[in-house]
Amino acid sequence: MAINKNSTGYTFTFAILMVVIVGTVLAFTAMSLKDRQAANAADKKMMDILGAIGVDANRSNASELFAEYVTERIAIDLSGKEVDRRSGALDMKDKSDPFSIDVQRDYRGSVKAAAKANKDDIAGLKSALSGANLTFPLFRCNSPEGKDVYVVPVVGSGLWGPIWGYVALESDMQTVYGAKFDHKTETPGLGAEIKETMFTEKWPGKRMNASGPVLFEVVKGGAPTSDYQVDGITGGTITSKGVGEMVNRTMAIYASYFKSQTQASAQR
Amino acid sequence: MSTESTPKESLFSKKNRKLLSDPLSDSNPITIQVLGICSALAITVQLQQAVIMSLSVLFVLIGGNVIVSLLRNLIPDRIRIIVQLVIVASLVIIVDQVLRAFQPDISEKLSVFVGLIITNCIIMGRLEAFALGNKPGPSFLDAIGNGMGYAWILLVVSIVRELFGSGAISLPGMGQVKFLPQEWFISNGGFYENNNLMILPPMALVTVGIIIWIQRSRNKALIEEN
Repeated sequence: MAINKNSTGYTFTFAILMVVIVGTVLAFTAMSLKDRQAANAADKKMMDILGAIGVDANRSNASELFAEYVTERIAIDLSGKEVDRRSGALDMKDKSDPFSIDVQRDYRGSVKAAAKANKDDIAGLKSALSGANLTFPLFRCNSPEGKDVYVVPVVGSGLWGPIWGYVALESDMQTVYGAKFDHKTETPGLGAEIKETMFTEKWPGKRMNASGPVLFEVVKGGAPTSDYQVDGITGGTITSKGVGEMVNRTMAIYASYFKSQTQASAQR
Repeated sequence: MSTESTPKESLFSKKNRKLLSDPLSDSNPITIQVLGICSALAITVQLQQAVIMSLSVLFVLIGGNVIVSLLRNLIPDRIRIIVQLVIVASLVIIVDQVLRAFQPDISEKLSVFVGLIITNCIIMGRLEAFALGNKPGPSFLDAIGNGMGYAWILLVVSIVRELFGSGAISLPGMGQVKFLPQEWFISNGGFYENNNLMILPPMALVTVGIIIWIQRSRNKALIEEN
């Protein structure tokens, strides 16, 4: 062979060519599968929201059941003001729909750092986020028992990676109707148990603490003493704490909106 | 390139057939070479996951072996491991993306283990030991042989674990099929209960160990001297 395979020039040329070809192939694959993956992710989101109100959906009937049970899709801003409210059929391509608000991306982008810097300080958190122009989604549902239920998406950090979930509140915006959590890489058998009904079945009937600075807590060891506390998972302390943190933080952001809503309905 | 076969040799010569059959038994990647154990332990709780995982590994192994074999005279020696790694990693990303698009639930269950195919020693082992020194044809057969050798162990282990751990077997497209009569179970007044230990990773190790035991007692040549 005329080319010296061991020369530095050849090695570099080979490496550069290889990276360009591989990059093109992978970019093409990712682009052509993107729509299907997005549809799968949307189905999963619907299944999780429905799971929080106790409706067991699968991929084939998720959008159908979502249309049946979820009556309104609402977006609020940081101050608790409602900025959007939609009902009727959901258009996946409409990126302005509250359903399309990517709370996980917002969490990674700005909320995570702000929450870390302002632990247990909701006013500080809000002022840190004021520049980010975030909106927060909320799903108003008609539960299987005909109750008016609000589903709030929550996002946080577990031990190894992101955790997220949906907490459903009854129309008093205080009582937990149901909850569903999921995780990316928590330890199987320990932190990963937040996904199981063994953990989520403890949530219905709990209430947000209207008086204290802490709205909700996941506690360690023994029975919870107040109705705003839920028993954590043995051996999954950091994941349990993460669940408590994300619920408490998110509810604090939604609190002013809930307050305005309950006052409005009291006057009616 | 002394290991290269002579040009006239047919694809299904005796030597090439050995490439297919050896990894199934006497040089099985899992039970004899003890490679790729990590994923074999982690994803054998259900048959369905094991099938998808096996197919993914088979695809990556065939693709990697053939591509590396085609490029074997072009790959610069000094960066050959990196080149192999890039090829394997790209194939794995393609598998991952396709699973996410077409099998989202299984993709979720396999989670990190699809990505970890990149570090599966069977694949790098075959690329380095075989594809780099052989023509595409034999490399293709070698990949199928080793992929199937990996697959049958996974299938056997997952069937044992799922049957005794969950009392059912998840057949692709049919969901979990319950093979044991429901009245046998203690919850229905019977005598039988699922063995929860089977669901846990240690039992995969024990099951693989039993396969190794059977294999070595049938073929004494496999037993190490000391």
